[in-house]
Amino acid sequence: MEHIANITTGLDIAQIRKDFPILQQQVHGKPLVYFDNGATTQKPQVVIDAEARYYEEYNSNVHRGVHHLSQVATDAYEKARHIVAGYINAAHSHEIIFTKGTTDGINLVANTMSRRFLKAGDSVIISSMEHHSNIVPWQIACEEAGATLKVIPITEKGELRMDVYESMLDDTVKMVAVTYVSNTLGTVNPVQDIIALAHARNIPVLIDAAQAIQHISIDVQALQPDFLVFSGHKIYGPTGTGVLYGTTEWLNKLPPYQGGGDMIKTVTFAKTIYNELPYKFEAGTPNIAGSIALGTAIEYLQQIGLPEIQQREEALMAYAMQELRKIDGIRFIGDAQNRSGVISFLVHNIHPFDMGELLDQQGIAVRTGHHCTEPLMDLFQVPGTVRASLTFYNTKEEIDKLVAGVKRAASMLL
Amino acid sequence: MTIQEIQEEIISDFSVMGSWEDKYEYIIQLGKELPLIAEEYKTPDNLIKGCQSRVWLHTELKDGKLFFTGDSDAVITKGLVSLMIYVLSGHTPQEIAAADIYFIDAIGLSSHLSPTRSNGLLSMLKQMKLYSIAYQAKINQQ
Repeated sequence: MEHIANITTGLDIAQIRKDFPILQQQVHGKPLVYFDNGATTQKPQVVIDAEARYYEEYNSNVHRGVHHLSQVATDAYEKARHIVAGYINAAHSHEIIFTKGTTDGINLVANTMSRRFLKAGDSVIISSMEHHSNIVPWQIACEEAGATLKVIPITEKGELRMDVYESMLDDTVKMVAVTYVSNTLGTVNPVQDIIALAHARNIPVLIDAAQAIQHISIDVQALQPDFLVFSGHKIYGPTGTGVLYGTTEWLNKLPPYQGGGDMIKTVTFAKTIYNELPYKFEAGTPNIAGSIALGTAIEYLQQIGLPEIQQREEALMAYAMQELRKIDGIRFIGDAQNRSGVISFLVHNIHPFDMGELLDQQGIAVRTGHHCTEPLMDLFQVPGTVRASLTFYNTKEEIDKLVAGVKRAASMLL
Repeated sequence: MTIQEIQEEIISDFSVMGSWEDKYEYIIQLGKELPLIAEEYKTPDNLIKGCQSRVWLHTELKDGKLFFTGDSDAVITKGLVSLMIYVLSGHTPQEIAAADIYFIDAIGLSSHLSPTRSNGLLSMLKQMKLYSIAYQAKINQQ
């Protein structure tokens, strides 16, 4: 039980919670208990202010105007790129491409990679626990190229079968795309080993870090993924923002994704010379305000300290698992040794939708359903799960409310 | 009773329920009690796939009136399905097609008819209306 006492150490959570205006509200007459952080995290006031300040003080298009405001906006936008690069320790800030989100980043890579490097007879490897956004773009790419999509199986606990993965790596494999942390099971995958095994055969790897970037410290130069993608809104930043990290080598090798303004150097009707990195992949006016505010969100996280956040989240997770296990008839969908962020469960034969609805009535926000991982639900033979996803601003008291809420709902439904 | 009168009756029943628990316990009870649909009718054709819970709907025309049976794998949805059927079943296609369904909103469960909830109830109501329009067209042809 000692580690539970640690929940209160280090961070002043009462103070931190005041940074998030949305957490102060009531839902159905009860204080909001927000356990849907896996879907999207709440935003601290500094992020909301950063987005507003752009429109109030220096709204202007980037990389274009000679005038003052355009220069201020460009500087702020490029500063955000530097902040992101620093956060994941990218070697160069031009390796940071601003996107609309994780889905956009994966589509960019799947589309451009397959156009240039995927042909009939080739294959792409993903895993059984991928979000639809890391399945469908590869399905489309494989379909168009005549390639095969191969899937790494998982154990009953929801861990990747690494032995099978290793045996799948043959000469046909042109790409490996796996998630760092499962959005449904919470499993933290051994991405370092996944990358090393692929690289031993010169196969590039894309890491979907949508559920990792806000919980786990990532150093791309140490981890060495060829691509890594995440969404801004899951790391306390605005919706509609995201990041694709790619190595200079790979980003230079890939053809452009979308054509338009900003991604060109010169255009004639005969031929267009594309712009250099990162602009080659940022066609059109980007989400300037959002990307700037994403930089602010990362700075906010860095001020609190990712190691402290990680420590607190691990303690909260351990406490939540310990308390939820006491509920009669509960079973966990995914029970991996190494877990982060999310807990998926079912109680007796209660439909997750019924559970979610009665928790909502008690002011508790969880996610119910298939979590955009339908193939995974089929594997576990469940219609969906109830998913509680935690983050550092959650409290032990909120976990107690969740446990009491689940018990209350179960007593009404059984 | 007309569709409107049945809705008024339900609204009046719910108005005496004080807490959210009372309301939901009543809906859950409805969901548990009613063996709504014959197993043979739980076919893929009759399945209205919502995002969260599955809803089946079977329609029959008897003596110029439509009769619905339905089911769901989620008990709260099933309770609401049974209320919807109670309101609309046994009326003519014309009456159903023209009906203004306001009781869900009035008993404070409007979120169940919002597209974001996508629990199948909204799709079921749409399906009931579509069936009634189709049957009405068929009757008009005869």
